Amino acid sequence: MKAAVPLPVPPHPAVASLRRWLDGRDVALAALNLVLLFAVALKFPDFLAPRNMADILDDTAILFLMALAEMLVILTGAIDLSVAANLALTGVSVALVNAAHPGLGVAPIIAMALVMGAALGAGNAVLICKLGLPSIVVTLGTLAIYRGCIFLLTGGAWVNSNQMSDAFLNFIRVSFLGLTTLTWIAILGIAAAGLFLRFSVAGRNLYVIGGNRLAATYAGIDPGRTQALAFLISGAVSGLCGYFWVSRFAVAYVEVAQGFELQVIAACVIGGVSIAGGLGTVPGVVLGALFLGIIKNALPLIGVSPFWQMAIAGTVITLAVVINARSEGRAQGRRILQENTA
Amino acid sequence: MTVLRHTRGLKVEIAKPVRRRSLLLAVLKSWEFLLLTLLAAGAVASTSASPYFLDVWNLSDATFNFTEKAIVALPMALLIIAREIDISVAGIMALASLVMGLGAQAGAAWWLVALLGLTAGLLCGMLNGALVTMFRVPAIVATIGTMSLFRGVGYATLGDQVIKSYPPGFEAFGQGYVAGPLSIEFAIFLGLAVLFGVVLHRTVVGRRIYAIGSNPEVARFSGIAISRYRFVLFSVVGLAAGLASVCLTSRLGSTRPSIAVGWELEIITMVVLGGVSILGGVGSILGVVLAALLMGLVTFGLGLLNVPGIVMQIVVGSLLVVVIAIPALLARLGLIMKALP
Repeated sequence: MKAAVPLPVPPHPAVASLRRWLDGRDVALAALNLVLLFAVALKFPDFLAPRNMADILDDTAILFLMALAEMLVILTGAIDLSVAANLALTGVSVALVNAAHPGLGVAPIIAMALVMGAALGAGNAVLICKLGLPSIVVTLGTLAIYRGCIFLLTGGAWVNSNQMSDAFLNFIRVSFLGLTTLTWIAILGIAAAGLFLRFSVAGRNLYVIGGNRLAATYAGIDPGRTQALAFLISGAVSGLCGYFWVSRFAVAYVEVAQGFELQVIAACVIGGVSIAGGLGTVPGVVLGALFLGIIKNALPLIGVSPFWQMAIAGTVITLAVVINARSEGRAQGRRILQENTA
Repeated sequence: MTVLRHTRGLKVEIAKPVRRRSLLLAVLKSWEFLLLTLLAAGAVASTSASPYFLDVWNLSDATFNFTEKAIVALPMALLIIAREIDISVAGIMALASLVMGLGAQAGAAWWLVALLGLTAGLLCGMLNGALVTMFRVPAIVATIGTMSLFRGVGYATLGDQVIKSYPPGFEAFGQGYVAGPLSIEFAIFLGLAVLFGVVLHRTVVGRRIYAIGSNPEVARFSGIAISRYRFVLFSVVGLAAGLASVCLTSRLGSTRPSIAVGWELEIITMVVLGGVSILGGVGSILGVVLAALLMGLVTFGLGLLNVPGIVMQIVVGSLLVVVIAIPALLARLGLIMKALP
């Protein structure tokens, strides 16, 4: 005898995936971004003008790139606090090289920024992945070392815009289809990150070792090498952004991008990247960075002193991590014992 | 001799002296002994380099550059032993200093100003504790968020302003002396060091903190209310940061939003240099005190050599990395030695 209870008809796979997608936090975050945009636009309609949108994207481009690179590290269950110091050290170094050899052109500068950033990232990777030291302590230490090294390089002096060659300054400012080179590079970076994390073995491995390091090892993945790759990419991107930052603000000094690592991590956390590793999406991080970018650009408009920016960023990070912790707690409901002790 | 009649008696007799020697060896190999040796070497080197080093008042002056950090490092050691961390301590100090400055502007007396600072620190610590225990946010992220929140409130309120007027009597915390060259600040630090040493090494509470850090799950199954312990530890760290802020604000006589910026690095370095494992479960207060003295000596020495503060940052950062790398390197070296025939 068969039970006459009709089986529930499973929805069409496309519908199911659409529904799952709509349930996701990325959509909620996108909606939040839109609400924020329109709320500002109610008072200042020009905020939504294409010209201003392009400006916001250009202003947030470095944050996009840095947050995506940081996500790779956080996915593996580690954290890199030295990204802003790496950015500053590399940025000041390429500015000094440019000041000494103005005729060098942009290509060698970019190559140098990438290589130097990656080398600084490799320093972290050796200590963290080879020796197994905790990433937070190591990168807190290298943060201080990198910053101190800038002082050793410059003696505290500034590199000003008149010491930078035109090619050095203009490369990121060239406009193409209404967007700057910097914005296009950020868009390319977003696409590359999406493809890397979705379709490459190395990208998938980042999620795997963050999700369960032991299982990853048994599955034949070398957690050390995979994590080292994340730190290398994070370093190289930080170095590249060092050139972008120094060129964009046309000045290089010891305190360049001081505290920027907090914004980078904030963008990841708001974007739903789990600090425990293994969870996080490219659209989420992009939306998280965009959220911070919109707030930053809206504050002066609505007449809030820029001094409020840190407090607002801190509030947003704290709220975001609380919300994340709650949703992760729900998702892992069966790990009751572990959850209680965590 | 009676022992020898047993079949395994010989082993017992041999075991005794070996054990005594291994105790001595354990002391010699201990982290604290290494720190003490470094400290002694530094002191001898400084004495021979400068005839003014051993002057009592000179040494007393030198304690000011690390005492406030060391006051926070003591409870931070307990927190890290319990496998948590607080990166917001410097932010708490900034917020507590702001509250004291506003209180002083409103005309509060010196004791009320100090009380305001302590309360602000305690409340900040309780917020961190609540985030970690009630909302189950990992300590690193929670305190990275509150770090910019606390200091951000300072910037939002003060902007580029400075509060410089404090009531008479308030300057005693950071500038006064108990007796002779013993400053009030340093006396507070010594008192707290004894207090935290006794709590950690001589009480049930201390044993439980080690238990939580060694294995939170087992600690929980053993009936330890680990969330309550964590909450209290975060609160105590906040209170200590408030106290350190009272001393620092009183010593500088001014409040800026950028007060104590970057101190979390030096405080955590002090704790880790003191032999506390960042993975929890290991460490001693004696080690932290020695590390505080050692870092004070290094900064004092570099200061005498006219090394600028930002370069000292390189030394502090390298110290942190090297100190945590040494055990890992030794372990690898041991493995290699064992693998050799």
